[in-house]
Amino acid sequence: MTELTSRVAPPYPPLSERLKFYGIWVAAALVLLALPKVFSSGGALTTFSLIGISIIFSLSYNILLGQTGLLSFGHAVYYGLGGFLAIHAINIIGANKLPIPLPIVPLIGGLTGLFFAALLGWVSTKRSGTAFAMISLGVAELVASSALILRTFFGGEAGISANRTKLMRLFDWSFGPQIQIYYLIAAWTLLAVIAMYALTRTPLGRMCNAVRDNPERVQFVGYDPHVVRYLAFCFAGFFAGIAGALAAINFEIANAAYLGAVQSGTVLFSTYIGGVGYFIGPIVGAIFVTVLSLSLSDLTSVWQLYFGLFFIAVVTFAPGGITGLLMMHWPLIKGGTFGRVLPSYLMALIPTLAMLAGLVLAIETVVHYTVNPGDDPNIKAFGMNFNVSSPTTWIVAFLLIVVGFVTARKTWSRLALAWDDALKAAREKGYHT
Amino acid sequence: MFWGRVVLELITISTLNGILFGMLLFLMASGLTVIFSMLGVLNFAHASFYMLGAFFGFQISRWIGFWPALFIAPVLAGALGAAVERFGLRRVHRNGHVAELLFTFGLAFAIEEVVQIIWGKSPVDFRVPPSLDFPAFRIFSTNYPAYKMFMLLVSIAIFVGLLVVLKKSRIGLIVQAALTHPHMVGHLGHNVERIFMLVFGVGTALAAVAGVIAGPALVTQSNMATLLGPILFVVVVVGGLGSLPGAFVASLLIGLIQTFAVSMNGSLAGAFGPLSPTYAHTWLADIWGVTVAQVAPIMPYVLLVLILIFRPMGLLGTRET
Repeated sequence: MTELTSRVAPPYPPLSERLKFYGIWVAAALVLLALPKVFSSGGALTTFSLIGISIIFSLSYNILLGQTGLLSFGHAVYYGLGGFLAIHAINIIGANKLPIPLPIVPLIGGLTGLFFAALLGWVSTKRSGTAFAMISLGVAELVASSALILRTFFGGEAGISANRTKLMRLFDWSFGPQIQIYYLIAAWTLLAVIAMYALTRTPLGRMCNAVRDNPERVQFVGYDPHVVRYLAFCFAGFFAGIAGALAAINFEIANAAYLGAVQSGTVLFSTYIGGVGYFIGPIVGAIFVTVLSLSLSDLTSVWQLYFGLFFIAVVTFAPGGITGLLMMHWPLIKGGTFGRVLPSYLMALIPTLAMLAGLVLAIETVVHYTVNPGDDPNIKAFGMNFNVSSPTTWIVAFLLIVVGFVTARKTWSRLALAWDDALKAAREKGYHT
Repeated sequence: MFWGRVVLELITISTLNGILFGMLLFLMASGLTVIFSMLGVLNFAHASFYMLGAFFGFQISRWIGFWPALFIAPVLAGALGAAVERFGLRRVHRNGHVAELLFTFGLAFAIEEVVQIIWGKSPVDFRVPPSLDFPAFRIFSTNYPAYKMFMLLVSIAIFVGLLVVLKKSRIGLIVQAALTHPHMVGHLGHNVERIFMLVFGVGTALAAVAGVIAGPALVTQSNMATLLGPILFVVVVVGGLGSLPGAFVASLLIGLIQTFAVSMNGSLAGAFGPLSPTYAHTWLADIWGVTVAQVAPIMPYVLLVLILIFRPMGLLGTRET
């Protein structure tokens, strides 16, 4: 037996590897502690809080999509129910003066998520693939529509609000100021991230990967893929509930939008854009999408269109997401052949940017004529000033798109050639993935 | 005597409306099912093409009238669908099924945004053409509009046409073969890529036909795809993914269930009397007081869950995915 384990189990990592591994977590904790000291404005703290919530939510979603291969269109159900229960819990605890401090409340949200995932998950995970995606959508619609019917519990359109400062004090923190909420969210984010990372290293986490890659083989080994999918679903629901409860604490309100299709779509977007293939992918995606949606909405009125187009571009050209794209370069950098593709990159960048600029110009011009036709034709988008009524603008936009597209196609195929060369050279030096 | 007539009237009207809604659903579900069977991708943006059909129909009928719009709008939407398959889906295909589904998901999102930019968020004034704006017949006290009969006739005509094409023509034979043995069709040397593009184009055009004829009767608004999309997916899952007869049965079933539920006003409170005052302010009161009509929007999803519990493959489904 011991002989077998020593042969099968991976060798215990050397001290330097272990130091590096634990060092990352300690560094992450230090960064979370230091962030409010560096960016102390109220806006920055709110952004950090939103990012933290989004990180937990996206990572919980990736337990389904990335780890188990289940594409869900209704993950917000568990997030929203966690949020609602957290709000009700705060109200009940506050009214009855129960000895439960605020930092425990996210756990209540998590357990709610777990409960409902356990309840709805068995039916949902009966099928995988496309059928699962449709079922998750149906269940999400069922819950979201029911939420509008059960007005006493869900508060109808207005939602339910609560006062988070009325709870038992802990270390004399009232949790009124945003900075204290930031630390609460940061602590839960770190805890949840560690827990979800640990989950990927357990036998269950490995079986999830196996179910994703080859469910038939899993059955031969003696596991039931349905049970594995169900367990993954429950864990995902638990962490989504924590994220929802944190959101409810952050905003002091929970409404039907928490459970809705938009919320489910957003988590799918941020997880996929970040990259489902790596554990860190959803974290990158959560940061990227939160910052993007906050900053783009200042720049243009139709930011959701750009967002959708960007998502389509990621699905089409970079199915690995941002992380996948970056990780592709790893062997080149290690092999020292990255310099060979750099010139091609710069060459491809110019026409691509020109094409994008033309596209933006065209979209903003059309938007001006359809959304606010009576306004001043000199508009400003993305910090550029231009006159949408002049034909020059239209011609420039058209030329940028057409010429940019034609040139970009050529430069990108050249880049692909240079890429193959560089990768081959790196492989010859012995650097693979 | 009076109540008997009211009930009879209710049943007749609801059955007609239910069949109408079911046939509209089937116009969309048929395209969705055939696309899914052949390409292996569930087109999340299918309802968006229904919406595009309605808005194209609205715009064209403003310019040159309703009857040309009835033909031009679906052709335009179908061409757009074919282009999406040719230049979008075909490229994404090598990234796997999840990427394909997500591509259509992103597309649905983008189409809704574009429609909002062009036509705004509020409903547009898409009217029934004057030549059809009269009551067709009278049942007891209700006038049944001629336009609804026209909708029913169009959807039945397309249904029959589809049946003839599928059963009698060569293309139909290939499509039928692809429903059950998609790979074999490719091995037999058909230009599968062109057939895919064609099927995608025709499927989206059918959805657009549904959009044009439903536009004046229902509300033409930028959220109509989001409202209808989930019900459409319920139809294909309940019917059994990839089964055309299943989609037909499920379309009619859901159409009838929803229209009958909408016309019923009963609630638990009505059946068993009001709730005792001790519970009047708890969540139990919500369940007690809710009418069947209010529950109508969630009926399809309840049906979905029930089907999944008792018949996971769907009513007439055979394929796993």
